[in-house]
Amino acid sequence: MPERTTSVPAVVVRDVSKTFQIPRDQVHTLKERALHPFRRAAHHEFAALRGVSFEVPKGGFFGIVGRNGSGKSTLLKCLAGIYGADGGAIHIDGQVSTFIELGVGFNPDLAARDNVTLNAAMLGLSRREAKKRFDAVIDFAELQEFTELKLKNYSSGMMVRLAFAVMIEIDSDVLLIDEILAVGDAAFQQKCADKFAKIRKSNRTVLLVTHDMGAVQRFCDEALLLEHGRVVASGDPREVSDDYLNLNFSEAARERATATDPSEDQGASVGDGRAVIEGVRFDLPELGEAATVLPNGARTAFSMRVRFTSDVKDPIFSVVLHNPVGLALLTASSGLDDEPAGDFKSGDVVTWTVNFNNILGPDRYTVTPWVMVGGGELLALREKLSSVVVTRSVPTGALIDVPFEQSLQRELTLDAEQEKTQ
Amino acid sequence: MIGVDGPASRAVTPVGREVTGPTAMGSDPRRFWHLAWTLATTEFKLRFFGSVLGYFWQLMRPLLLFAILYAVFVGILDTGGDQPFFGVALLLGIVVFQFFADSTGASIKSLIQRENLVRKIDFPPAAIPVSCVLQALFNFGLNLIPVFIFLFAAGGKFYWRWFELPLILAMLIVFVTGLSLLLSALFVSFRDVEPIWEVVSQALFYGTPILYPLSLVIDKVSLTAAQIMLANPLAAAIQQLRHAVVDPAYQSPGQIFGSTAGDLIPIGVSVLTFIVGALYFRRMAPLIAERL
Repeated sequence: MPERTTSVPAVVVRDVSKTFQIPRDQVHTLKERALHPFRRAAHHEFAALRGVSFEVPKGGFFGIVGRNGSGKSTLLKCLAGIYGADGGAIHIDGQVSTFIELGVGFNPDLAARDNVTLNAAMLGLSRREAKKRFDAVIDFAELQEFTELKLKNYSSGMMVRLAFAVMIEIDSDVLLIDEILAVGDAAFQQKCADKFAKIRKSNRTVLLVTHDMGAVQRFCDEALLLEHGRVVASGDPREVSDDYLNLNFSEAARERATATDPSEDQGASVGDGRAVIEGVRFDLPELGEAATVLPNGARTAFSMRVRFTSDVKDPIFSVVLHNPVGLALLTASSGLDDEPAGDFKSGDVVTWTVNFNNILGPDRYTVTPWVMVGGGELLALREKLSSVVVTRSVPTGALIDVPFEQSLQRELTLDAEQEKTQ
Repeated sequence: MIGVDGPASRAVTPVGREVTGPTAMGSDPRRFWHLAWTLATTEFKLRFFGSVLGYFWQLMRPLLLFAILYAVFVGILDTGGDQPFFGVALLLGIVVFQFFADSTGASIKSLIQRENLVRKIDFPPAAIPVSCVLQALFNFGLNLIPVFIFLFAAGGKFYWRWFELPLILAMLIVFVTGLSLLLSALFVSFRDVEPIWEVVSQALFYGTPILYPLSLVIDKVSLTAAQIMLANPLAAAIQQLRHAVVDPAYQSPGQIFGSTAGDLIPIGVSVLTFIVGALYFRRMAPLIAERL
């Protein structure tokens, strides 16, 4: 066959659906069956996959993402032939290896050597092939001194490394991998990443189920987002992972986070009551919509509605956002402005708005607004009135993401140095 | 091959092979045997080399049982009567029954115990009960050694009929494998199979001429009763083994049925059991991973 590495599909999934029959009450005995031969156990059905279709080209690195229970593991099991799909068709070209769990078939009473052979046999290698790969496996796992040690005496880290090494040394045409990338220490992680980069180049096809959007963006050529067993997004891994994050946080946010409901118990009002904070909200002005989830890097507006219950002169409006460990990461106040706010009468309602570039790191932040007057008298304060979630598709790990530019300048090269000395 | 003509044809032409879900034996019989064999030998080695007294312990079980039963049934009750080498015949019966009990007993829960193989990788599920049978067969082979030692010690001789041994064992293995497949697949849906099977195999132990020679049944009950008992492949195997290996004075099933054609009854039961077990397992295979 001609070298058409990217256009020939290795995996074709067309309209696949899978429904599980879950018995309502677990009557699992022959006795029950004998006593009530005609009673059919009541089932309720759970549709884990509904009409999923996609194609993965040969040599492609394909990410499958989705929230818990979205059907992504079921999809992988159908691809692996562990579950039979109810409808649709799956075609795979080439030998398949499945890695849903590391170290399937490992026996703690056997030495690492025997376990490698055993595990490799389970994953589809012959005895001879397994023996041939043994050294490579042990080298990759960095366990040269421990080949004769029984597995029960291994640390969990060593065990995972061994299992991962067996997996990675099996060179099937198609690899189905479920959520097992995050193993080992940082150095081992790097090694795995390098190996993945190599696999990408070696024209093997990889389907990866993961929650790690970093991995999706780093490795995958294409990705697929599942929700309730349906494909809701597919294509560019960056866009898919953004969709995933939105999906993930909007649900949580709908339940707990953010804004606009002053009737909530949370954020009990403190202060002398001359002003009432009626609500707070966040908006994304560029999108022209109220937001429950704030993407990092976007222009963002915070606003709060305040009603005065008596005459107030020059009130100061403030708000602070705390991260979960209680660090204040954003404090905004009208008091920092030289211009006084002016006089307000009882019954006046105002909205105070703060615009900022959202450089907050991805996390959940509590919102505490308050109103005071110059002398330090507190009119109203509502501690942790609401909370808001900031997302970022590739977390940097920093509390805030200070915008930066970078440059690289070549000062000296080795050749130039040599020329000089000659 | 595929899709070279362009995207339009790719959309309709399937690639490679279709993934249709799990089957009992998987797509590659060689892999099936490799896996069953690997599972069985691994477990067997662990038993055998796992402790200093490995082989010794392995033998102790049937031998101890034999010692007790010998004391009671030969020493006190003298069920053997005038049958030659009844002690050896008793031990042979125990060893055969042990093989039967080991494989079926281990198979019942085997799919549950090896759950992660079935649920986490593409693994032919039938390899699991088959590996239980293989492992029991290894033990059986070892347990046969003392049977022959006792036989020679008691003054037994080599007969050309010993060559029947593989044929008899083949029937026994077919029977036991069929039962093992059936029981392990039943257990996936019906968890009370285990206690039920315990009772059934207990009944089989006493309903099979192990503790007593079949001639006792013919004398004390009737020839028909003996013939009915011999429909059980386990009883037929033990009786034929006693006839062929221990002493020809033990009547073969063929002699008891009155013609060699009678042998077809236990053979038929074995084959039928195997077919039923294999078919049921095959029907259940796609569901095992989901139902466990």
